[in-house]
Formats: sequence, C-alpha cells, structure tokens
Amino acid sequence: MIQQERMVVVRQTEIAHHIFELTLQGQIVQEMNPGQFVHIRVSQSFEPLLRRPISIANIDKEAGEVTLIYRAEGRGTTILSEKQVGDEVDVLGPLGNGFPVDELPKGKTALLVGGGIGVPPLYELSKQLNARGVRTIHVFGFATEDVAFYEDKFSTLGETHFVTVDGSKGTKGFVTDLLGELKPEFDVFYSCGPLPMLRALEQFYPNKPGYLSFEERMGCGIGACFACICKTTEDSEKDYVKVCSDGPVFPKGVVKL
Amino acid sequence: MSRLSIQLPGLDLKNPIMPASGCFGFGHEYAQLYDLSKLGAIMIKATTVEKRLGNPTPRVAETPAGMLNAIGLQNPGLDKVMSDELPWLEKYDVPIIANVAGTLIEDYVEVARRISTAPNVKALELNISCPNVKHGGITFGTDPVIARELVEAVKAVSKVPVYVKLSPNVTNIVEIAQAVEIAGADGITMINTLIGMRLDERTGKPVIANGTGGLSGPAVKPVAIRMVYDVYKAVDIPIIGMGGVSCVQDVIDFMSAGASAVAVGTANFVDHFVCPNIIDALPKKLEELGVTHIKELIGRSHR
Repeated sequence: MIQQERMVVVRQTEIAHHIFELTLQGQIVQEMNPGQFVHIRVSQSFEPLLRRPISIANIDKEAGEVTLIYRAEGRGTTILSEKQVGDEVDVLGPLGNGFPVDELPKGKTALLVGGGIGVPPLYELSKQLNARGVRTIHVFGFATEDVAFYEDKFSTLGETHFVTVDGSKGTKGFVTDLLGELKPEFDVFYSCGPLPMLRALEQFYPNKPGYLSFEERMGCGIGACFACICKTTEDSEKDYVKVCSDGPVFPKGVVKL
Repeated sequence: MSRLSIQLPGLDLKNPIMPASGCFGFGHEYAQLYDLSKLGAIMIKATTVEKRLGNPTPRVAETPAGMLNAIGLQNPGLDKVMSDELPWLEKYDVPIIANVAGTLIEDYVEVARRISTAPNVKALELNISCPNVKHGGITFGTDPVIARELVEAVKAVSKVPVYVKLSPNVTNIVEIAQAVEIAGADGITMINTLIGMRLDERTGKPVIANGTGGLSGPAVKPVAIRMVYDVYKAVDIPIIGMGGVSCVQDVIDFMSAGASAVAVGTANFVDHFVCPNIIDALPKKLEELGVTHIKELIGRSHR
C-alpha cells in the first residue's frame, strides 16, 4: 500500500563523486520490494516544487531502514544531500512494480547489468536472488572511476565486473563490449540504466528472457498525470505504459526502445 | 459539515474542494490513498470522442514554484470512459464534472451529448483552453464569437449544466466570460494553464518535446486570483476557481475573489493528500475568520 511518511535520516555518506548513500528509517520499509522507488519531497517550500523519484538500493526490514543511492546533480537532489542524521524527509512510497525475484529456481543464474545511477536497485535484487539460491553475475558500467561504487558489496554476492567509458576502472568501453568478451552463461538478465544501454542489451540477448527498469521525467509518481508515458512495441497488448505505476520494471519487449 | 456545503447548477457539493481535470486521472490512483467520497466533486480527465495517445515525452518540466506540462489530452476515448471509468466512479458518493474536449464543434457536441447521460456526471466542463493540442482546445477559448457558438451548440444537447473552462492566454478574459454567459453557460471554471517554455541549460532548446507547455502551480496563483476577481464583477454565473491552490489559505483567497468552489491541480502531485487535508482544515479556518458558513466568503473582496 502506498503511504506518505516522514522518515528519519539514519545515515548519509558521499560514497563516490556526488553520489550519496542515504539511509532512512520508517514504517513503509516493511512494504518495499527490489526495483520499486520512493518519491521524495526534499523541501516544504515551493522550490523545488515536485517530488524526486529515487530507486531503492537496500531494504532492511528488521531495522526498518531503507538505503537510497542517488546522484546530487540538480537543485532537488543537492538539497537532499544536505540532510543530516535525525532530519525528517517526506517520503511517498513504495511506488511502482519491482523486479520479479521468484522468476528463477534455486541453482539458476541471473545476469545483472547496470549503468551509472541505474546500478543501485540491482543491489537489493542481487541480495534477494542470492538468498533464494540463485547465482548472480554483475556487470556494471560507469563513466569514470570516481563515480563508481559498491564494488566490494557486489563482490560478496557474486562475480562482479566493472567497465568505465574512459578506462579509469576495469575494462574500457561499455557494458556490451565487456559482455561480448565475457560471454557469461545465464538464464535471465535484469537491467537498469540509461536508455541506450537497455536498447543495446535487448539487441545483444534476443533469445534470453530479461527485465528492464526505466527512467522518465515524472509528475505525480502514481499514474495519474500521464507524464512518464512510454510507447509500447507492436506485440504489446497496451498502446502505452506508465513508467511510474506500470513499471518502472518491464519484461523485455514491452517498451519500444 | 453543512457549513462547507455549496449548491451550484447541477452540483450539490459537500464542500467546495475538488481535484482539477488532468491532475487526477479518473480517480483510480488517488482512490488507493483516500476515500474519494470525501471530495466535493471530481473533475475527470478531458474526454475526446476517439482515444488520444498524447504528446511525445518529455511532457513535464519543473519551473520556479511551478511546472510546465504538455500531456496532449491523452485519454481512452468516450466509449471507454462511458463503459469503464464513469461506472467505476459510481461506488463513490461524489458528483463528477466531466471535462469535454475536441477538435471540431461536432466533437464537443458528441462527447457532451453522451457523457451528460451518465448517472454520476452532474455537470460538464467545456475545455476551450487546452494549450497543448494543435487544433481545437484553446482556439475556442481565445475568440469570443467562436466560444459563444461552441457553448450554444453544447448547451443544446447537454442533459446537465455546462461550465466553461477559460484560458488565461487572452488579452481580455472578461470578454470571453461574458460571451459564454450570453451563450447560456451555467458556470465558469478558471483558469487553465499559462503557455510557457523552459530551455535546456546545455542545448538552449525547449525541455518539453512539444516545445511549449502549460504553466501551473503556486507561480500562477496571482494571475488566477486577478482573473477570478475581474470576471466575478462582470458575470452573474458562478465561478469555480483554480490556479496554484495548495493550501487552505489559497482556497479562502479564491473564494474571496469570487469563486464559489475551488479546484486543486498541481498540488496533488506534491502532496498527494492535499485535497482531504484542505477539507479537514477548512472548519478551523472558518472559526478563525469568524464565519459561520463558507459561502459568506464568496466575493468578499468586492464588498
């Protein structure tokens, strides 16, 4: 159920250049699933006016804590990055439909492919897949080394490869370059990242089932305003989908890329 | 709650607060959050004869104390609204104001004729002010002669009272208001969004795919208040006011300027519970103002 809550800041750390890891405590954590997002009002003033959709990176139901990883690049996320421990944050959530975790039986392998600030939701997904006995392979692309994060955390869950556009960390190039070299064996892929990456991945694995998480400018975040519409493919039953409430995760082949 | 009730043509409102068209879909999403029966009315998303898929994305852009949108009247079309959306809304004890849009006068007439027969549709809101479609919409709202012709044609077929939603993108809004009153409009809703544009800082090109969009949010409230204030003096039909309403004081301001009821738009995206919160806060506000019934506030700026 979607709720609005004033969550409390437990921790906030800059884990890479302008990349912040924010942990919040509150009741709504109990409802969260990997791949969902929260809609945050960073200020009670009219500036900025709209909420910011931010993906869920880690869920700790026992502690009632959720961790979000975001890039502070605009006014809204910069204000969020200035929140101190003990501050309250107005959160609406959890929103959207996340990754299907029970798709694979124990012993199968999932390939997780992320790009930049699309990597965070794959962390909770990987944790939950591993908890179910699914093996995970992680292939993540970043622009440069100084904006890369969570290598250690992913490495404890499974085989982890980094690629950077400038070659400052891992292989030089894009995730698809590295996947071409690695030729990983897997059963299902899950991905979150920029549109060109999702497009390339869908073409790269035409015969594998996969799930893609999308990003689009949002208004309400709950499906009422029709801002975050994506066109669908000819095979889809629907004319369009809303990223916020039908997604942000869609099976491969639903959204026209 | 009777101190909040308002009677308008076709509308028996428990309270004067309603979500504005285009900001609330057909109610499904907000029904997950609270009981829609709490609302004074619901202005549903614009309905056209055929389904519309709307404009390319990006469709929204944030601006100082506001936002631009160019959704493009996306809706499932009249048949679907009649067969699915309106029957679904019947489970709530709330009057529906159906926003009617089109390209030609015949389109408006067709939607009005059929949608006004739905049992829960208690009034129509003629959308002659949408800035985001290439044909129709705002072109009807900027020429008093055409506006009058359209209203007369719709009035001739509608089974329920007809309100006309005015555009602020005109030199003289009073002239349009008077034209639709003469044509037989039962009420006015105002204002729709102001046409605006935001440029991308790097490329210098418009952020919204449509180029222009409609500006809404707190930034437009002073414009809306001025227009309600002027139109109230010039017409005898009631006004439902809107434009940047986000708190109980904004409601008081619109009613003081001359609105009989108030719609909440963009604020629904910021505080998803804003409508019920305002409704709950109104009685206390009336106490503070020393007012017995909310209707005493209507037009007090002019007394």
